[in-house]
Amino acid sequence: MPFSRALNAGLRKALADSDRVLLMGEDIGKLGGVFRVTEGLQAEFGERRVLDTPLAESAIIGTAIGLAMGGFRPVCEIQFDGFVFPGFDQITSQLAKLTYRHEGALQMPVVIRIPYGGHIGAVEHHQESPEAYFTHTPGLRVVSPSTPNDAYWMIQDAISSPDPVIFLEPKSRYWQKGEVDASARALPLHASRVVRRGTDVTIVAHGAMVATALQAAALAEAEGTSCEVVDLRSLSPIDYGPILDSVRRTGRMVYAQEASGFTSLGSEVAATVMERAFYSLEAPVLRVSGFDTPFPPAKLEGIFLPDADRILEAVDRTLAY
Amino acid sequence: MTPSEDTSLVRVLAADGSLAPTAAAERYLPLIDALAESELETFYRDMVVIRAFDREATNLQRQGQLALWPPSLGQEAAQVGSARAARPQDHLFPSYREHVVCTIRGVDPVDIIRVMRGLTHGGWNPFDPKNGNTHVYTLVLGAQTPHSTGLAMGITLDGRSGTGDLERDEAVIVYYGDGASSQGDVHESMVFAASYQTPQVFFLQNNQWAISVPVSTQSRSPLYLRGEGIGIPSVQVDGNDVLASYAVSKVALDEARAGGGPRAIEALTYRMGAHTTSDDPTKYRTSDEERSWAERDPIERMRVFLRGRGASDAFFADVEAEGRALAEDVRTRTTALETIPADLIFSNVYSDPHPLVDEQRAWLAGYEASFEEDPS
Repeated sequence: MPFSRALNAGLRKALADSDRVLLMGEDIGKLGGVFRVTEGLQAEFGERRVLDTPLAESAIIGTAIGLAMGGFRPVCEIQFDGFVFPGFDQITSQLAKLTYRHEGALQMPVVIRIPYGGHIGAVEHHQESPEAYFTHTPGLRVVSPSTPNDAYWMIQDAISSPDPVIFLEPKSRYWQKGEVDASARALPLHASRVVRRGTDVTIVAHGAMVATALQAAALAEAEGTSCEVVDLRSLSPIDYGPILDSVRRTGRMVYAQEASGFTSLGSEVAATVMERAFYSLEAPVLRVSGFDTPFPPAKLEGIFLPDADRILEAVDRTLAY
Repeated sequence: MTPSEDTSLVRVLAADGSLAPTAAAERYLPLIDALAESELETFYRDMVVIRAFDREATNLQRQGQLALWPPSLGQEAAQVGSARAARPQDHLFPSYREHVVCTIRGVDPVDIIRVMRGLTHGGWNPFDPKNGNTHVYTLVLGAQTPHSTGLAMGITLDGRSGTGDLERDEAVIVYYGDGASSQGDVHESMVFAASYQTPQVFFLQNNQWAISVPVSTQSRSPLYLRGEGIGIPSVQVDGNDVLASYAVSKVALDEARAGGGPRAIEALTYRMGAHTTSDDPTKYRTSDEERSWAERDPIERMRVFLRGRGASDAFFADVEAEGRALAEDVRTRTTALETIPADLIFSNVYSDPHPLVDEQRAWLAGYEASFEEDPS
């Protein structure tokens, strides 16, 4: 089933399982959201469970906080990545800190769903990679599924979490199909996963870039280089076990991301791998990322966003050491 | 700046303490007539006693015992009136100057002190019944308004308001100031409240100054009109008149809890002290202005009113003594507040375990232990 339908199924299951779960956001009711992720849910669960809100991101997050104080588990949809910033204070200064401020007397089970990333040819503010802002903020958990099966399970796990979860949906993956196994959860929410075995270089990626990394690994194999690919899945906290195991075997690592490289996920993972697996490394950890520029006009995004060739160029560089 | 004298202002007590209701106050008079003498005395007692606490806290800051203190001096009537109008089941969302509100609802004044002494970011559990559903202070202006609206939305979804039983139906009141009224969150929150018809009262204390910036920079029209523009019935009240503040709050809360949707109140008052103890009001306002507001002091006004009704010297002496006792108690307990364990840094960042926080907690413990002297 397509990624967006898997999310829809996961949300439907969460709504059916608990009447404390609410969906709220702009155009998520009759329209089903601009990406149709919530399609049909208002018809099924009613306007009291699936709320079309006024157009005000700070209040969407802020009222979700108040609803959580009242024992609800709100799931907010932010329509596009670039529109999360009007709600940024409520996420980083309020939502992230309320449990700490209340010395544990209060939990904040709020999920913020954000379609993010490029490759859909959209206009300005409709393609951003804001993950580093949120991973830098203590109190938030940040996750990003890359497959329909993960989308189905991770959204349910995020809703079950007593902590606030920033749920980043790689929008270029919405239409990608994959198997969903509704009978069993594959992994816990915060586990990373080796998605391809290899022996020469470890490629770590998250979100939409996992597919690009797999593409690069397939191309490398044709040229005789064996790449292992790790899907981060959870951006905060990061599950370093599979990454370090992999690097200790391959001795080389490349981090691939759409986001700008400066103070990014790739920077963080590279630093930690250097600290913890220094004697296993045969080459410096390399980052492949978007440039440190604003996201460009859509006609240039193909140059801005790393593709398989850019990843392979980095793989070759690590092998040259 | 003086309170608007337009006909819409609700005032019951004139500045000289005489009963002189404005036309807009007429509809509220039965509520005031219904107050027992003991309730009138409670209003006065609240104002005097908590002013004594506020003055003591200011002194404690001057003596280096607190990092900061935002005085509530002068705003007692708006806070007492609104907080005494709330029913026990109501939820109250203060910003950071509502010491009077919090104390009336049961929050220990020393719990407020702990915030300003740097011992906690919260100070009390709003869900502990002894704190009267009073939420913790929020320092980002207006940020608490959408929280209050969300909680009120939840009350509606749970069917805990609008049932026709005013003794059980719940409402929410949120406090903010004239400076915060410029914040987007306040407007967004009002839009949500109007859209979802929340059982909620927006209580704006217009104390004329946002640190050094006068209210005329925040708004060229009376602030209560903003509620009207969003579809929220709104009232302007003399916030230095505890009787009027009580009555408009009581009516607004009951209308909201009965299912009538949100209400907004602008209480015209004056911050007689500094914005906080870090501030110097002499740099931006005149002594004439301060004097003109001192003549409208909410406590003095109520004192004259009660005196005219025959309150005894013993009553006033008793209230003064109670204020002194509270101040002394706060001083004693403040200086006895102990340091907090370093581990608090790592507690409650998340509700579920988080490896990064756990690693750093363990690292700090090991690092601290490395300084322990070797007994040999």
